[in-house]
Amino acid sequence: MNKILINFAHPARARSQMNNALRKSVEDLEGITVNDLYAQYPDFLIDVKREQGLCEDHDVIIFQHPFYWYSTPAIMKEWLDLVLEHGWAYGSQGKALEGKLFFQAITGGGDDSTYRKDGYNAFTIGELTSPYRATANLCRMTWLPPFTVLGIHRGLPAEMIEAHAKDYRRAVTALRDGTLDIEKVFEYRYLNSDLNTIIRSS
Amino acid sequence: MEHFLLQLFIFLAASAIAVPVAKKLGLGSVLGYLIAGIIIGPFCLSLIDNAEEVMHFTEFGVVMMLFLVGLELKPSLLWQMRTPILGMGGAQVMLSSLVIGGTAFLFLPWQQATAIGLILSLSSTAIVLQTLREKGLMDTSAGRSIFSVLLFQDLAVIPMLAILPLLATAAMHADSHHNAVLFDISALPQYLQVIVTLCAILLIFFLGKFVSRPVFRAIAATRVREIFVAAALALVVGISLLMTVVGLSPALGTFLAGVVLADNEYRHELEGDLEPFKGLLLGIFFISIGASLNFTLIGNQIALIAGITAGLMVFKWLVLFITGTIFRVAKNDRPLFSIALAQGGEFAFVLFQYCKSNGVMDAHTVEPLISAVAISMFLTPLMFLVHEKFMSQTPEDDTEKREADPIDHQGQKVILAGFGRLGTDLGRFLISAGIKPVIIDHDPVNVEVLRRFGFEVYYGDITRLDLLEAAGASEAELLIITIGDSDRAGKLVQLAGKHYPELKIAAVAADRSGAYALMDLGVSTIRRETFGTALTLGQDALKLLGFDPYDAYRMMRIFRKNDEGTMPELYKILREDEEKYISQYQQHNADLENLMTLDMNADMEHLDKAWTAENPEI
Ligand SMILES: Cc1cc2nc3c(=O)[nH]c(=O)nc-3n(C[C@H](O)[C@H](O)[C@H](O)COP(=O)(O)O)c2cc1C
Repeated sequence: MNKILINFAHPARARSQMNNALRKSVEDLEGITVNDLYAQYPDFLIDVKREQGLCEDHDVIIFQHPFYWYSTPAIMKEWLDLVLEHGWAYGSQGKALEGKLFFQAITGGGDDSTYRKDGYNAFTIGELTSPYRATANLCRMTWLPPFTVLGIHRGLPAEMIEAHAKDYRRAVTALRDGTLDIEKVFEYRYLNSDLNTIIRSS
Repeated sequence: MEHFLLQLFIFLAASAIAVPVAKKLGLGSVLGYLIAGIIIGPFCLSLIDNAEEVMHFTEFGVVMMLFLVGLELKPSLLWQMRTPILGMGGAQVMLSSLVIGGTAFLFLPWQQATAIGLILSLSSTAIVLQTLREKGLMDTSAGRSIFSVLLFQDLAVIPMLAILPLLATAAMHADSHHNAVLFDISALPQYLQVIVTLCAILLIFFLGKFVSRPVFRAIAATRVREIFVAAALALVVGISLLMTVVGLSPALGTFLAGVVLADNEYRHELEGDLEPFKGLLLGIFFISIGASLNFTLIGNQIALIAGITAGLMVFKWLVLFITGTIFRVAKNDRPLFSIALAQGGEFAFVLFQYCKSNGVMDAHTVEPLISAVAISMFLTPLMFLVHEKFMSQTPEDDTEKREADPIDHQGQKVILAGFGRLGTDLGRFLISAGIKPVIIDHDPVNVEVLRRFGFEVYYGDITRLDLLEAAGASEAELLIITIGDSDRAGKLVQLAGKHYPELKIAAVAADRSGAYALMDLGVSTIRRETFGTALTLGQDALKLLGFDPYDAYRMMRIFRKNDEGTMPELYKILREDEEKYISQYQQHNADLENLMTLDMNADMEHLDKAWTAENPEI
């Protein structure tokens, strides 16, 4: 059984709908640790040793966050800057993260059709998240395509939110139990493009 | 009695006139005193008699000065300065003795030449330190180097006192030893003399380490200030007496006592109390040096004395320059370093006298030398002036080449006034940030308790100017006031503002109106004592009520920033129109409430849709 760490970053949880729902759907799962970065470090003073310890203790590292300005909320950048130390995460001696699985769980306002070359937002999610792919690569982690929920807004019907939350739970559970086909995931743009084909029934 | 008062009057009046005039002319106080001495001395107005006697009496000023210098030198600091002291000081004394002694050997027998070399290698602690202080150079790297050498010289006096009698060429006079008032140690057998001497030094340590504290505490508790002054004087006088009895230099004994007391909590109080006495004694000492210049002798042997003086200063200057180069004194500092110490010192008067009575030299040899030393001392403040003129003209071209000075940051740049509950945490914070403040508190019990926890706290009333000065206000960069009593805090602010306009001030106020009172006095960095705690507790409360921790934190920050931001504005309104103040205050609170909930009510739906092409109207 894989242990899963969810580094959760949302600066305005009181107003969050989707991320709260996603988070709630996995929080009670066994083997999952939710690490709320903004709650843990409201003043951005990140405890590097604690964060590194958490990473070392888990096999899968997920960053769950809303898509902000085609990127992440600020604290996640701070996290990367501080926690991924040379000699720990990268460099010839930095092998602490080697072989771990890494992916983002992103929620965005723009819908899928806008994230294309000819779309409103002009770039694909794959292009926009490439810095994280490169980061995972440098740190010898196995990068997976992001779990992506797009086109979100306040008016979304409750069933839809519920459906996304269920998918998230399914994906996380499969990763934990090793029933997610890591090879096959790469055929899709998003981790949750087609969960039925990439999750083996055990 | 009348005669004594008249003499006293002449000395005091002379300094009261001469020093301000000299300072006005940019000559510095030392030169002022010296000139005053010449004017009232036997060769000009002839207003005083017995300049020599006065000089002997006021030499005590030098003793006091060394005590005060010792107070500022913790054993640890002394230890850090060991290389400059031993290396530079040792080299200076050794080389100067060799060069000067060697030159003297061309004219005199080797014993006398050696004595002269040793004695003239010493410089004038009194003049140099006083001048450095006055020019604010004590805490510069050059000042430190100079001080290190002076300190070594003071140490070197002890072995000199032991060596000089061995150089006797004539039979020793029977009554050469001082006439001991208490008892004559020289009557004892040799081994007992050594034991007594050692015991005396141990006694100083013992008294300083264990006895002084309870005694001072008891005296401080009486809160009668002059008793403390009396005790401080008694301490210095007592040690000098003890040292004289056992035949050691009183200056060195008190220096030692100063070092022992350097981390004593009453140190700044002692400094403050003794400073005026020292200043006055030294002043009169300088006057008597001026008055003792024997112009008849100088007139008769003008060529000889001029030659000795010139040789003395040039040789010492050269040796110092070489020493400075060897020990890598920064290039910019070297001229000052060499000029500052190129003179004979007051110890020379004592030691030449000592030589005379021990049969090393006769009066005939000694007198021109003493005159030369006095003249060189007189020239020193002038040399400082020349140096200043000269240096201010040469542009600073090699500032980049300046080597880093390892002890440049030793000076404690922060004074923390008041060390109660708030001061304690603040002090801990500063100390862990690598800043060691001078901490002063007015409560002897508090001081004692905190000392036991390892804080470097001193007892004293910081609202007294002399204590503020002793705590280092003239060199400090920042004064932090955490005194609860707002009247005393205000008094301190005014005192500091008046006498140390450069000193930055940060203060704690009990509450909003306390803060306004401090703003009246022009303080701009003010923290309200309980404000920070109130807000942090508020943040905790929000969290316990289920607010998201990041929201709670941000609300605290928003409130804090805005509340602090509107302080100056509200203050202005309060001072202009008190009626309006209350309504403004309420308005301001309402604004804050709006501001803090603003985020919560953002139009999220439209916001999210703004990233989607289908909603271009938004
Ligand atoms: C500051 C900010 C920046 C945003 N930037 C983007 C963006 O670049 N692309 C996008 O599709 N949505 C963007 N959004 C919309 C958020 O992604 C959306 O509000 C969020 O995913 C909704 O999830 P939640 O209900 O958990 O808050 C942004 C929202 C905010 C507040």
